[in-house]
Amino acid sequence: MHKLRMSIQKELLLLRRDIGGVVILFAMPLVLILAVTLIQNAAYQRSGDSQIPILIVDNDKGDVAKSVFENMKDSHAFDLVTEIDGKPITETSAKNAVFSGKYQLAIVIPENLSSDLQAKIDQNVEKILLSFGLADSLKPKVAERIITKKDVKLYFDPAVQMSFKNAVMNNIDKMISKIESQSIYAAFKEQLGDEAGTDPFENQNFIAFKEINPTVGNKEIKPNAVQHNVPAWTLFAMFFIVIPLSINMVKEKNQGTFIRLRTNPVSSAVVIGGKTLTYLIICMIQFYMMIAVGIWIFPLLGLPALNVDANLFMLTVVALFSGLAATGYGILVGTIAKTQEQSAPFGATSVIILAAIGGVWVPVFAMPKFMQYVAMCSPMNWGLDAFYDVFLRNASIMEIYPEIALLFLFFVVTITIALLYDKKKRSV
Amino acid sequence: MDVIIDIHELSKKYKGAENYSVKPLSLQIAKGEVFGLLGPNGAGKTTLISMLCGLLEPTSGAFAIDGKTYESDEKELKKIIGVVPQEYALYPTLSAEENLTYFGSMYGLKRKELKTKIAENLERLGLTKFGSKRIDTYSGGMKRRINLIAGIMHEPKVLFLDEPTVGVDVHSKNVIMEYLTEINKRGTTIIYTSHHMTEAQDFCTRIAIVDRGVIYAQGTPSELIASTPDARNLEDVFLSLTGKALRDA
Ligand SMILES: Nc1ncnc2c1ncn2[C@@H]1O[C@H](COP(=O)(O)OP(=O)(O)O)[C@@H](O)[C@H]1O
Ligand SMILES: [Mg+2]
Repeated sequence: MHKLRMSIQKELLLLRRDIGGVVILFAMPLVLILAVTLIQNAAYQRSGDSQIPILIVDNDKGDVAKSVFENMKDSHAFDLVTEIDGKPITETSAKNAVFSGKYQLAIVIPENLSSDLQAKIDQNVEKILLSFGLADSLKPKVAERIITKKDVKLYFDPAVQMSFKNAVMNNIDKMISKIESQSIYAAFKEQLGDEAGTDPFENQNFIAFKEINPTVGNKEIKPNAVQHNVPAWTLFAMFFIVIPLSINMVKEKNQGTFIRLRTNPVSSAVVIGGKTLTYLIICMIQFYMMIAVGIWIFPLLGLPALNVDANLFMLTVVALFSGLAATGYGILVGTIAKTQEQSAPFGATSVIILAAIGGVWVPVFAMPKFMQYVAMCSPMNWGLDAFYDVFLRNASIMEIYPEIALLFLFFVVTITIALLYDKKKRSV
Repeated sequence: MDVIIDIHELSKKYKGAENYSVKPLSLQIAKGEVFGLLGPNGAGKTTLISMLCGLLEPTSGAFAIDGKTYESDEKELKKIIGVVPQEYALYPTLSAEENLTYFGSMYGLKRKELKTKIAENLERLGLTKFGSKRIDTYSGGMKRRINLIAGIMHEPKVLFLDEPTVGVDVHSKNVIMEYLTEINKRGTTIIYTSHHMTEAQDFCTRIAIVDRGVIYAQGTPSELIASTPDARNLEDVFLSLTGKALRDA
């Protein structure tokens, strides 16, 4: 116990004398969380205030197109553009303008959409009514023609956010199916001779734009910018301990202090335990620092404050296990690396990659399906999921148990590999 | 002879290396001896000492120190040995006192006892004034002295020293050698490597001359000199045994 305490004391002293390490551990995450949240918030506010210009190519000029555009106008989220430089937009010019980044979205309504839709519906309705023996026998029979499927084309700026893309696609899809069913309804009415002649599109305002909540699996997860950024950058900061931790370990090897650690009557449990506990302490300080920033600094900058409520205990539990995983990773890198030139760039790069795939920058729900599976490989993703669960659902220990267990397993596995590797090296 | 180190057919061949760095050798060292392993760079001195300190697994053979082996009583064995490595094994950003506090406590020394030990040793080696200074401000000779203290604070039964005077000014060297003699007088057995024949001639009670992983001869310095025709000192003994001059560090 005494040896463990002295080991922690030594590690803390080493860290205190390492200004670069302290900057990486505390200043960098502070700068990152403030900068990123401010930028994201600004972007969010701008897209809230102003209308997004959308290019419209109307090859249909029928009722369906009219209905779609009117709905979009009513949502006030979009500014419909039909001309570029005074010239009417064609599909080609729209595509070019969007792919070059001048516009974020173009919608191309195909030719004859309205008339073909109407014709198709009439055909179908007639068929159904015929089978019921209710067809309007007075109406002249139209020769049935083949009506091809119609695509409404959406061109997105490749740089556009996935969530925006999803929302737009969902809404247009909904709008068109509403129009379809509305038309079917009208066709029935007409065929049945009931109030014939009424405008089939009388309820043109029934479609409104609604934000689609992203889901992962079947759970709806919608953290706000603050609820995402605080845990995300905390995890990022925690894993960045890999750099000072592995550098310290490599230095120990190269300075020969390692020889003393190995010839002392001290078990590897104490040596590794000392490092783990020290860096776990650092992780917890980072965590409380980031929480404090969320609670007290964000409101000063006009950002929404982080609401911790009664969750601090559960958040602390998640932070502890995330810190363990980060420490295990650092010890593994420190054990395998031979020089600082190996450990520092490898540590930094790998943490950035783990952060990227784990959803620190782009939340996992906004990632393509394939990347959502890749994300599950990152311990930062497990931690982030657990934090979300606590923030958004007041999850209990039992509910975050899988993530916590994974984080702990990660710690155990990394430490085990480190110990085995160390043992193997002794038998050179 | 009261044997404290008993080595039997011990050898080491590094993985991937063509030759043995230490060829199977047997050796007995008695309690209270100052035993010198002398040989040029690359002779295999560090390799042999590293095995004895439990840092390196032997390729073959076995040894016991004070009747203990690393296989059966690792912790007990580690408690009774002291190690002063060839390189400075200290944290450069910590002060001498901080380094010694940490390493001393790893041997179970605590609070007052530890404090006294550190103060006494710093005093004995003339470093009291520099105790609170960071190691990276120290000269080579001062680092060597702290390196020595870190290995002897717990008063080991057996002390391994790997080239404790390499790269050291004459003053530091004298201080170190005097102190080692004193420690030996108090009962610590010393195993020491060097490629300095003259230093060893005065210091060691017994010597083994090593090159290419082989012990060429062993005995007291005077025995070795006497048994070699025309030899006036150890340097001459070495020359006649290996047929070559010493490669200096
Ligand atoms: N880790 C190692 N891997 C491979 N060969 C080594 C290693 N360490 C030392 N050697 C080789 O073993 C031989 C003995 O080295 P060493 O024991 O350091 O000699 P000394 O300490 O007497 O100068 C040398 O030829 C050296 O190149
Ligand atoms: Mg050597």
